[in-house]
Parts: sequence; structure tokens; C-alpha cells
Amino acid sequence: MPDDKRIAVLGAGMHPWGKWGRPFVEYGLAAARDALADAGLGWRDIQFVSGADTIRNGYPGFVAGATFAQALGWTGARVSSVYAACASGAAAIGSARAQILAGLCDVALVVGADTTPKGFFAPVGGGDRKDDPDWLRFHLMGATNPTYFALYARRRMDRFGATEEDFAQVKVKNARHGVANPYARYRGEVTVDEVLASPMVADPLRLLEICATSDGGAALVLTSMDFARRHAGGAEPQVTINAVSTVTPSFPNTVIEMPNFSTDSAVAFSGQWDAGAGFRPSITAAAYAEAGIGPEDLSLAEVYDLSAALELDWYEDIGLCGEGEAEKLLRDGVTSLGGRVPVNPSGGLSCFGEAIPAQAIAQVCESVWQLRGVAAGHQVEGARVAVTANQGLFGHGSSVLLTR
Amino acid sequence: MGARVPAVDGWFSLGEEGPAALLGSKCAGCGTYAFPAETRYCRNPDCESAEFEVVELSRRGRIWSYTDARYQPPPPYVAADPYVPFCLVAVELAAEKLVVMGQVVDGVTVDDLRVGDEVELVIDTLYSEDDTDFLVWKWQPVVAAVRGA
Repeated sequence: MPDDKRIAVLGAGMHPWGKWGRPFVEYGLAAARDALADAGLGWRDIQFVSGADTIRNGYPGFVAGATFAQALGWTGARVSSVYAACASGAAAIGSARAQILAGLCDVALVVGADTTPKGFFAPVGGGDRKDDPDWLRFHLMGATNPTYFALYARRRMDRFGATEEDFAQVKVKNARHGVANPYARYRGEVTVDEVLASPMVADPLRLLEICATSDGGAALVLTSMDFARRHAGGAEPQVTINAVSTVTPSFPNTVIEMPNFSTDSAVAFSGQWDAGAGFRPSITAAAYAEAGIGPEDLSLAEVYDLSAALELDWYEDIGLCGEGEAEKLLRDGVTSLGGRVPVNPSGGLSCFGEAIPAQAIAQVCESVWQLRGVAAGHQVEGARVAVTANQGLFGHGSSVLLTR
Repeated sequence: MGARVPAVDGWFSLGEEGPAALLGSKCAGCGTYAFPAETRYCRNPDCESAEFEVVELSRRGRIWSYTDARYQPPPPYVAADPYVPFCLVAVELAAEKLVVMGQVVDGVTVDDLRVGDEVELVIDTLYSEDDTDFLVWKWQPVVAAVRGA
């Protein structure tokens, strides 16, 4: 692949995930310092700071790039702050990558961090907001985030014969993957029986199958290929980002998605209407096309398992198998550590919970460590190609493709 | 009897003249439907029309998927005390070629529902405050009794 689309990942850093309620800046700062140390660079080497915003931490969260830059000490570095819901981290990576590829900077720091409230995510901001779908879906339907995930899960059961035990097995697999991950919040194995004994939240999804909300922070130091070679005395960078996908859906988007009341209407669409062909498959497809690398080349994938069942949807959406075949892939052990394409070797959201603006960055950190071969206790042997996949509210695609 | 007031304005008819229905929009340019109704722009990227007709959407559709809410949703949901779990469905409307969500009427559990089952729109109470019932659209199974038989 020519240099013009690749950038180098020199540093990755994370603050462990948990639930402490401390200021989000603290987590982001710790992650940023770790990423800089990992890269062998100092804060004054950073020319561009790309912050992933949080909307639950007041004004500093809305301008996260500047907030982190101030915490590290003003240096005059250029800055960007972006919000794209769960895809905020990938949007921040995309922003830094564009600056690097355009030759506007050589060295960028990407940071995202969050502090989250307890319980279900509720709409942000008070008062009656009868023009905001996110407020209205709670008010008119009581439709929490897990109810949307449950719609996808139930559809798999009725259409493909997925079982409650299949969903529980995803949780069991991810819990096992996360045991050795020092950054994971939950680091204990669980059994199928334990999962199936946990309370039902939104049928068929149980408490242990739904991702929690977490505090956490993640950061990356990204550079141009030329800078990375100079920094390494001429050696090729070990890990590169080959593609970043931040696509929107294509009309008509026929899968119901948070926080909407309905899908697009397909009456004006000349193709065949399929009330099931949605946004998710297009996200990694764009990354594969940009990188010239396909799902058959993957060593591992980090996907957004907001629910255990949703991970099975992702197997199909990222091209690991055809529609309705994900349960077989799981049952055959293909997506477990030691299998052909381990999915969520980090333990996934199942072991982390979601720290929204940090999560897509954390997926990339895990991929970097896997590709370097340093993911002790949860290493995918001989990993060469990794993809991350995620989707942000209202239509933000998020996928990063990395190689070593 | 207290007042009956829609919990949101303009999203459905109350069925005072003919059967109740969801009120969507139909684009004058390309025929694309939307719910809730669009008033400013058409979602079709190949259509620049800004003219929309408010239309009643199909009253019956088939279940795309379904679930329930075992735990009380946070505000701005107004829950009964004590809280009573309810089902939610996503319903495919064939004529409009879209899927629309909504609660299911009281007394129905997920065991009564299947992907592909037919459901029908009704207007029902979402919550009550003082002497006023706030109304919303809900879906009611058409064939649940048949399967049980």
C-alpha cells in the first residue's frame, strides 16, 4: 500500500476502566501521558491535539481537545474537539489522520475520556424537549438503550434460531478474554448458568449480557510515516492505521436504530426493499475498500458488543460469515482466543462497560498491542491485521483498520 | 371522566372521526413517507422537495421484532406506581415500506409475540396526571388469541 493513506501509531495508552466518579480529565491525562511515554515522545512534540468530547461532564467535556491540552499545559498546539456519540473516538482519530495525511502536521495526540452516571443512560439536559427524538423516545415509549439492542437479539432468535445460551456463550467468551487485561473493569470468568440466572432487563437480554456504563480514558500518538521512520532511525513503523471509516448510512436505512421512532421509508428506492439491510455492514466495508484489505485477511476484530447478542450481528456485518451463520461461528470457537479470528480479545464492552468518547480509541489501543504481540495473557498469536467496528447515535460509522 | 390529551401533538389522530392512525408525511416530490412527519426536508438524497402532505399511515403491520422493559425507564418516562413492565414492538408497514416502533397494549407479554405476527394500532393511555389521561399510540396483537387456540 502506498504511503499516502497510511499513518503510524507510535503510542497507545489507557487509564483502567471502572466507576470512580472522578473528573474525566484525570483519566484522559493519565492515558495521554502513557501514550506519549509509549511513543518515546514528549508533550511538546505534539503539533495537533484531537479530543473526543463527552456530553455528560459540562462545558469542559464539549471542548475536550482544549481541556486535555490545558491539563497537559498550553503549548500553542493546534486543536480539534469532536462529538459523534459512541463513534467520537474514531471521529477524533479521523480528524488527526486527515491533518497528518494533508501534511499539516507530523505528530498528533488523540484523547478521549468519560465519567458516567449510574443506571440507564437517560437523555442529556432537562426540561420538555418535544423536538428531540432522544428525549421523546424515553417519554413516549420508555425505550431505553437496551430495548433497542433487545429488538436485534429477538430477531436473531426468531429468524435464525439463536438461543439464550448462544448469547450467554458470547458473554462467557468475552469474560474469559478479559481476565488478563489490566485495563478491563470486570476481570472474572462467568458461567452460562450464571449469565442465565441474572435478571432479565429487556427480553431476551439479561443484566450480564448488557454493557455497563464506565469511567475510563484512552489515547494514541499518531504520526506521519516519514516522521515515524526518522524517529526509529529509518526503520518501518511497527503498526500502521491503513483506513478510517466514518461513513453515514445510505438511504433508505431500513433497520430501526436508537433513538429513532421509525426507519427510512423505502417506497422511493428502486432496488429491492429489505427491512433488515442496514447501516452496520457499510461501516467496515468502507474501511476494507480504503485499505485494500478484506475480512478474509483479519487476525482479530474489536467490535461494539453493547449486548452479547449484538456481537453476533457484528460477525455478519464485518464479513466474518453470512447472515444467520454467526451462532455457528461462535459455537465452533472461531471467534474465541485460539480460534481463527478472535473477536474482542480485550474482553470487549462486556468486560469494560462503555466510556463513550474513549471506547473507539480503546479498541484501537487493544489492536495496537495485539499487533505488537504484547497483549500478555490474551494475545492473538501472530496477529497481523486488526479491524475495529462501532456505530454512534444518529448515524456515525466508526471503523479503524490496522496492520503490522 | 377527565380530559384525554395526546402526549405529543400531531403524531396521531384520536379516532374521533374514523379509526385512529399514526400521522406521517408523504413527500410531494418522491412519495417517501416519514414518521414522525417531516416538514422541512425529504430524507431521499435524490429529492429536494420541501412539500409534504400529512397522511394517515397503515393501521396494521407485521412485527419486525419485539422486547419488553422489565425495569422502570428513567424520566422523562412517566411510570405508574407500582411500575408495570410493558412490551415494545417494531412494526413493518408494507405500504409505506418502513418500520415504526411503539409500546404494546397492557396485558401482552413477549410470549404472546412472534416476528411476522400482525398487529393493529390503537390509542391508549400512556400516563395519567390529576384528572387528565395523556394518550399515545400502541400496538395490539391481531392473532395472539389464535395461536393460543
